Amino acid sequence: MSAILQGAGAGAAAALSPFNSIDSNKVVAPSRSSLSVRCKRYIVAGSDDGTNQSFGSSSLVARRSQPLMIPNAVSTTKADTAASSTSSKSGHELLLFEALQEGLEEEMDRDPHVCVMGEDVGHYGGSYKVTKGLADKFGDLRVLDTPICENAFTGMGIGAAMTGLRPVIEGMNMGFLLLAFNQISNNCGMLHYTSGGQFTIPVVIRGPGGVGRQLGAEHSQRLESYFQSIPGIQMVACSTPYNAKGLMKAAIRSENPVILFEHVLLYNLKESIPDEEYICNLEEAEMVRPGEHITILTYSRMRYHVMQAAKTLVNKGYDPEVIDIRSLKPFDLHTIGNSVKKTHRVLIVEECMRTGGIGASLTAAINENFHDYLDAPVMCLSSQDVPTPYAGTLEEWTVVQPAQIVTAVEQLCQ
Amino acid sequence: MALRLRSSTSKSNFLNILRYNNLGFGTASHAARHLRTHDPTLLRVSQNPISRFCNTMAEKLSSVGENEDANAQVMDFPGGKVAFTPEIQFISESSKERVPCYRVLDDNGQLITNSHFVQVSEEVAVKMYSDMVTLQIMDNIFYEAQRQGRLSFYATTIGEEAINIASAAALSPQDVIFPQYREPGVLLWRGFTLQEFANQCFGNKSDNGKGRQMPVHYGSNKLNYFTVSATIATQLPNAVGAAYSLKMDKKDACAVTYFGDGGSSEGDFHAALNFAAVMEAPVLFICRNNGWAISTPTSDQFRSDGLVVKGRAYGIRSIRVDGNDALAMYSAVHTAREMAISEERPILIEALTYRVGHHSTSDDSTRYRSADEIEWWNKARNPLSRFRTWIESSGWWSDEEESDLRSRVKKEMLEALRVAEKTEKPNLENMFSDVYDVPPLNLREQERQVRQTIKSHPQDYPSDVPL
Repeated sequence: MSAILQGAGAGAAAALSPFNSIDSNKVVAPSRSSLSVRCKRYIVAGSDDGTNQSFGSSSLVARRSQPLMIPNAVSTTKADTAASSTSSKSGHELLLFEALQEGLEEEMDRDPHVCVMGEDVGHYGGSYKVTKGLADKFGDLRVLDTPICENAFTGMGIGAAMTGLRPVIEGMNMGFLLLAFNQISNNCGMLHYTSGGQFTIPVVIRGPGGVGRQLGAEHSQRLESYFQSIPGIQMVACSTPYNAKGLMKAAIRSENPVILFEHVLLYNLKESIPDEEYICNLEEAEMVRPGEHITILTYSRMRYHVMQAAKTLVNKGYDPEVIDIRSLKPFDLHTIGNSVKKTHRVLIVEECMRTGGIGASLTAAINENFHDYLDAPVMCLSSQDVPTPYAGTLEEWTVVQPAQIVTAVEQLCQ
Repeated sequence: MALRLRSSTSKSNFLNILRYNNLGFGTASHAARHLRTHDPTLLRVSQNPISRFCNTMAEKLSSVGENEDANAQVMDFPGGKVAFTPEIQFISESSKERVPCYRVLDDNGQLITNSHFVQVSEEVAVKMYSDMVTLQIMDNIFYEAQRQGRLSFYATTIGEEAINIASAAALSPQDVIFPQYREPGVLLWRGFTLQEFANQCFGNKSDNGKGRQMPVHYGSNKLNYFTVSATIATQLPNAVGAAYSLKMDKKDACAVTYFGDGGSSEGDFHAALNFAAVMEAPVLFICRNNGWAISTPTSDQFRSDGLVVKGRAYGIRSIRVDGNDALAMYSAVHTAREMAISEERPILIEALTYRVGHHSTSDDSTRYRSADEIEWWNKARNPLSRFRTWIESSGWWSDEEESDLRSRVKKEMLEALRVAEKTEKPNLENMFSDVYDVPPLNLREQERQVRQTIKSHPQDYPSDVPL
């Protein structure tokens, strides 16, 4: 399992090769935000051309004929790169943290109001090197090293955003942003509303979260479950270098406050991404592997566990459809709905804890909206309701493993 | 004097800089920091070895000469040189005397001889006094309206009119204000009308905030007054961020934020002051030390000599002012603002005053303090009467103008109340708009559901909410 996460040359990539050669067809999602309008000039992965599809339509959604890239779920340096760059003449290979940095740098070049603040983001380049080199290029004021007080620098970012800047606030670890909860919930999420629309807060709050490699309970938290109720914010989770860069750019351009969840173990994933500029739609899910038998919904690191399980499942004769939901708030119920209507079975695989996680609210949303299309109850695989232990063996078992995913699929598809 | 450091990573250069410490900078790190902030092109910062790391070798104080006195040794700890002492000496928790308070008008409104203050023109002084009177009348009328059941809630500013108006008068319209909730006077000075105040309190459709906030949670983009957020002290880091933004854009303006004695206990206060100092942000921190945080007196809030001494702990210049002396407030804020913008530094102003009113209409302060105490501050230390004496003695005001003003404002205020009360409330779609820039699918769905429910049960919903 650890092989998947070491980046280049992961063995699991080979099993996906049949799907790499398929011309990607993306399910069209209705444009729900002003973002689609603004980024028409660029290649926008998966966004439609402005046609508003009604959410409850039962007709099969028209598929885009223009080929778009399906990035491999697992990074590869093997020969399959040809298929993955159908939409670009050449691409360049980089690691996920470099993709984030590239997106950030491009946005900072494009708009002088974009700035970065956080602990050790300046000359140190960030704990995960996402802001490496930016302080040298843009100066100390635009890439600001702050003292240690998450609530204060998040509050600072909000105040700066209300006055016209577009800050990208980095939490060194998502868990530390618990200290910033007051500012995020009361000011970030609410002030656009309570001011009657007078003040916008176009901040991006980002940082790594999730269970890492023996980082201890305090550094292995899944904050997306705590933030999901806050009205006024959007949440997205990146999982590949391609969508990391795309989501970073989209988040910065959005007028709403966006929380971008990265994962500690995914920073070294390698992938080839297009040279030309592109953005990913913030509210859209990503079709990783189309299938017929069952819909597996996942995001962030669990995508890779799911894809590894998919390998085993295919060998056993199953045809899972894997969707990386990417948008955690709001859910892309359009893509998810179309999938449920096709397969009639849903398995959610997440890293959040069982109680109150993203999976829990996604289960509720699916049951509420697609009950008639389900042949079996929605199943959700999550971490247990325990703090993440330090011991490596124990830690491994708090996270959903591919074997459990295979068992769950077999159960659901009986 | 700029130090021309060519990019050098050699240790000998580093030691040279330490040796020749007559360069006008305290330490090499101090030098590097100034270069970093003010002239980044001079130096490739990542190559500067001194910017982050300090030598920790012991050194002799150059001024002591050749004397090998061990007491004269000095160690370059991170942050700068520190002298040693062989005596155990604790810095006292408080100084023998409290920090004196700057005031210009005495208790009777007479100008104190030899006082320094910024001269105020007749026009400004009269506007200041009129606005103080207007604020007082507005407060009284809104308070009464709440007691009569016409308003759901209100919080008065009685006793703190001078802080509100005089500080606003000393600022420019481009200075961005981050209020707590007891500073409507600043909005009043900038041109917010009585009608607009009333609209917000009634949450009607003419309200800037579209009826979404409690009364007294005013906000006006146009007047650079940021919408009040009820949480205490959260506006302090916001103000630092705004100051940082103004500094990046090189604007001739500063951020100004207000908070109370209670607010200074919040973590955000300490972090914001620290940040402002480190970032050299042009922000004024104005503390209204009015003695009470609901029922908590300052003796239960902190044990320092008020707020003014806390500034030094963060490296911030501070001043203590008599908050009920409009002239002193004006001068202090005026001077502080100039310093903040030209020197790019934060300033802490502690304005001593007294909260004459209750915390809000949900509070009855006679339960925790004596009515005599309240009465004394209201009469003997009233900011309006002190300032009135001064402008009258300057020949700028008279009894006649006073009664004219009061009757006019009262009439206007009652009319504004009446109109606001009658104005329609915002319609239902405002419940869902502005949560995001464009309402997403789930909110549109939820709005549809609410409308459907109202349609099928119209008798259960208030008739005055337009759909």
